[in-house]
Amino acid sequence: MPADMPVRVHVYVWLLLALTLSCLAVLLPPLDWTSGEWSAAAVLIILGAVGYSWFVTLPTRGTISFGFIVSLAAIPLLGMTGALLVGTAASALQFNGWTKVVRAFNSAQFGLASLCAAVVYVAVGGSTSLAEVAPGDFVVTVVLPFFLASVVHCLVNVVLLSGVVHLHKGASFWGVVVTTLRHSESDVGYALFGLLLAVLWEGAEIGPLSAVLVLAPLYVARWAWSQFDEQQKAYDRTVRALVRAVETKDLYTRGHSERVSQASVMIAGAIGMGEQRTENLRFAGILHDVGKIGVPTRVLQKTGRLTETDFAAIALHPVRGVDMVRDIEFLSEAYDGILHHHERLDGRGYPMGLTADEIPEFARIIAVADAFDSMTSRRSYRQAMPVADAVEELRRCAGTQFEPRFVDALVVALAEDPWTVAQVTPSEDEPAAGGVTPTFDHDDPAVELPARARRPAPVPRREIP
Amino acid sequence: MTPRPVAPGGASPSGLVVVLGALVVVVAFASTTITWASEGLARADVLVVFALLIAVGEFLRFTLPGERDAAPIGTAMGLAMALVPDIGGQAPGYDTATVVVVVTVGTAVGVLPHTVAGRGPRAEVLARRLLAVTLAALLFRTLPWPGVGTLEDLAPGWDDDRYLVAIVLLLVALAASAFDAVVAAVVRAGRDHSPLRPALTDEVRAGLGISAAIAATGVLIALAARPMDLIALPVFAVPLLITQFAFRRYAAVRSTYRQTIRSLARLTEIGGYTETRHSQRVGALAVAMGRDLGLSESDLLDLEYAALLHDIGQLSLTDPIPGGATVVAAAVDQRRIAELGAEIVRQAGVLDTVATIVERQADPYRRARLHDVAGDLEVPLASRVIKVANAYDDLVGDSGQMSPQSDALERIHLGMAFEYDPRVVTALTRVLARRSFDAARG
Repeated sequence: MPADMPVRVHVYVWLLLALTLSCLAVLLPPLDWTSGEWSAAAVLIILGAVGYSWFVTLPTRGTISFGFIVSLAAIPLLGMTGALLVGTAASALQFNGWTKVVRAFNSAQFGLASLCAAVVYVAVGGSTSLAEVAPGDFVVTVVLPFFLASVVHCLVNVVLLSGVVHLHKGASFWGVVVTTLRHSESDVGYALFGLLLAVLWEGAEIGPLSAVLVLAPLYVARWAWSQFDEQQKAYDRTVRALVRAVETKDLYTRGHSERVSQASVMIAGAIGMGEQRTENLRFAGILHDVGKIGVPTRVLQKTGRLTETDFAAIALHPVRGVDMVRDIEFLSEAYDGILHHHERLDGRGYPMGLTADEIPEFARIIAVADAFDSMTSRRSYRQAMPVADAVEELRRCAGTQFEPRFVDALVVALAEDPWTVAQVTPSEDEPAAGGVTPTFDHDDPAVELPARARRPAPVPRREIP
Repeated sequence: MTPRPVAPGGASPSGLVVVLGALVVVVAFASTTITWASEGLARADVLVVFALLIAVGEFLRFTLPGERDAAPIGTAMGLAMALVPDIGGQAPGYDTATVVVVVTVGTAVGVLPHTVAGRGPRAEVLARRLLAVTLAALLFRTLPWPGVGTLEDLAPGWDDDRYLVAIVLLLVALAASAFDAVVAAVVRAGRDHSPLRPALTDEVRAGLGISAAIAATGVLIALAARPMDLIALPVFAVPLLITQFAFRRYAAVRSTYRQTIRSLARLTEIGGYTETRHSQRVGALAVAMGRDLGLSESDLLDLEYAALLHDIGQLSLTDPIPGGATVVAAAVDQRRIAELGAEIVRQAGVLDTVATIVERQADPYRRARLHDVAGDLEVPLASRVIKVANAYDDLVGDSGQMSPQSDALERIHLGMAFEYDPRVVTALTRVLARRSFDAARG
């Protein structure tokens, strides 16, 4: 959290902490723990501190830390007071250099979440002396109550956290709750590690050594997620670097692929597309023009009028692009987006002259994003169009060239998220090192291909398995 | 480095593993038939639950990076069955042979749908997993340790120090994992024609995470079965399921990454800068040579990416070199392409090693030494490999015929010791000899 936090956030956090500490003040003094229980609490607090400090950032589901597992294990091992103590102390001791407020908030919220979970656990008949539970009773007196407790822990955690986000960012409270909950489903699964820890510790009488045993699978899960994250980023950056290398052929279109990808994702967001499909669309957007590498430089560099043969070469670029990426398995839907992004609703597009609903959804979205970025970028033969004029032009061509629904979606998205126009504006005297300045842009709706070049090319349509 | 034969002679390690596995299964089935006939089954429910969960685990198998087949839940269940000292307060009442039979049946059921769909695992992988579990069961249940008898009989005596049981189980599980890694390395080294030591390092490195999770989960389930009875089995498989999910995602993104680089390496070909499939051929040849030279798996991946992208610098050229054959281009052009390519790759920010390899691919092997240039004298091994692989492919071209092949080798031999590293050229000779051997064998 940044330093410029509103006062109301401070009030909220310190009130929560005061509540947690008063719970501790009420519950701790009557405690008659043996030295064994005190040392168990100490070991759990240290383990929890390690767990809370181990953050893994996941690309789609925020961050995950394993401290809550230890707090949950404290419930059957040490009861309500133990859970509160471990949850509060472990997150207060975490060693990743949080500011005082964040640390205070974490101790308060994890302490309270553990306490609420423990109360529910005991209320539904959960056992706090695992060694005495008969094997047949385990499901009813341990497993089910523990599952319920982990759900409660998750809910309290999400609600308290959403409170902060709501007060800090002013976002709708329930909106934040729903998004955070959606990202927490795996937490309930991971909570089972806490049950395992408790069962081994007391039920199987292994003691603190069980913590070491539980750490192995936990560390591995954490490692796998961080590797996933790393690979995902590396993949992303590599594709961008290679696409940028293709774009160096033309100074004016630098960054075009990434902006088309961005605008496509904005449209996807406005029509409520799912996470996985949006991700595929993002890649389709980045890769939509890679086939341009197959258009002879001679054609791209040409300053005079283009012949029909030249246009035919250009009209083949979606096919070339698809040729290249057809071996990438996950791309199946993106493939259609790349191949058909120059089709028009009225059937006058290329390479196949598909009409209306025959054109795959990805292609219809990319077509809008593509034309939009082309119009709002500067070209050698014209200045960049203001966003409003470009939208006007899209509206004018909606129904014949573009899908009206996606044009509307782009307008909605633009209202929420203002568009940053292409920054690359090459000056006339810049030496065109490897770069060329063509006299037209094939993405520009104002540039029409001659009728014969528009004739659908004989391309076999790929069957989706 | 000891000289290795060009073609493998005699039985392959993977064949041996399969035969050994089959032998174990036959002996186990025979032994259990006799035991069950005379004594009957102690706890049939235990066997059925284990077999079912092993089947589910095998059904959920997936492929880890490096084409490693993994079935974490199946393996962990097998280990748990081999190692469980006590289920709900009773001794489990089965022997090692029963473990082998149950694991075999469970595995067969779980693998069946995959085999029907035509994507079943290799027999060697299944045999290796079975042998590892068998080893764990033998160490724990059958082997009489001098002076103390079997570990299984010993365990109940430690009721006051249960953590000792945990330590013993963990050691046995780790021994089984180590055995698995060693066998996998021997098989891989035999199949890829690479030296054993880097193969072993790779297996240990690749398996360290998931194997540790499998071994630990197996031990955890075995220990939790005492207070919780059979319910411990499915309940404690769930966390490993989540770990497996993370690994699956990781493996998927790794393979997509690889496919994407392979695909985008064709940019130069589609742009008309290089011959059709030149990058792919250089990539495959470079990887085969790198294996022969004993490169580690992560080095091989860098080598493959660099080989696939070695001509990417041509994208920055306005005019393609005729035919795209960089070996006949002027040395200064070659260096320029290498530098431009490295610049593009370095843009990614995550492939700096690959960028360096691409950058040095045009450097002659001896140039740095002869001219006493300051800085990094040694051309990276991967760059030397790409230089030779690229020259060979440029000279042979698409034809792949016998006579241009030997002509090309001769030309490369002429440049040996100055342009090309003799060790790398020897590796090329071995790889080519193996290829023609394989081709002749059909």
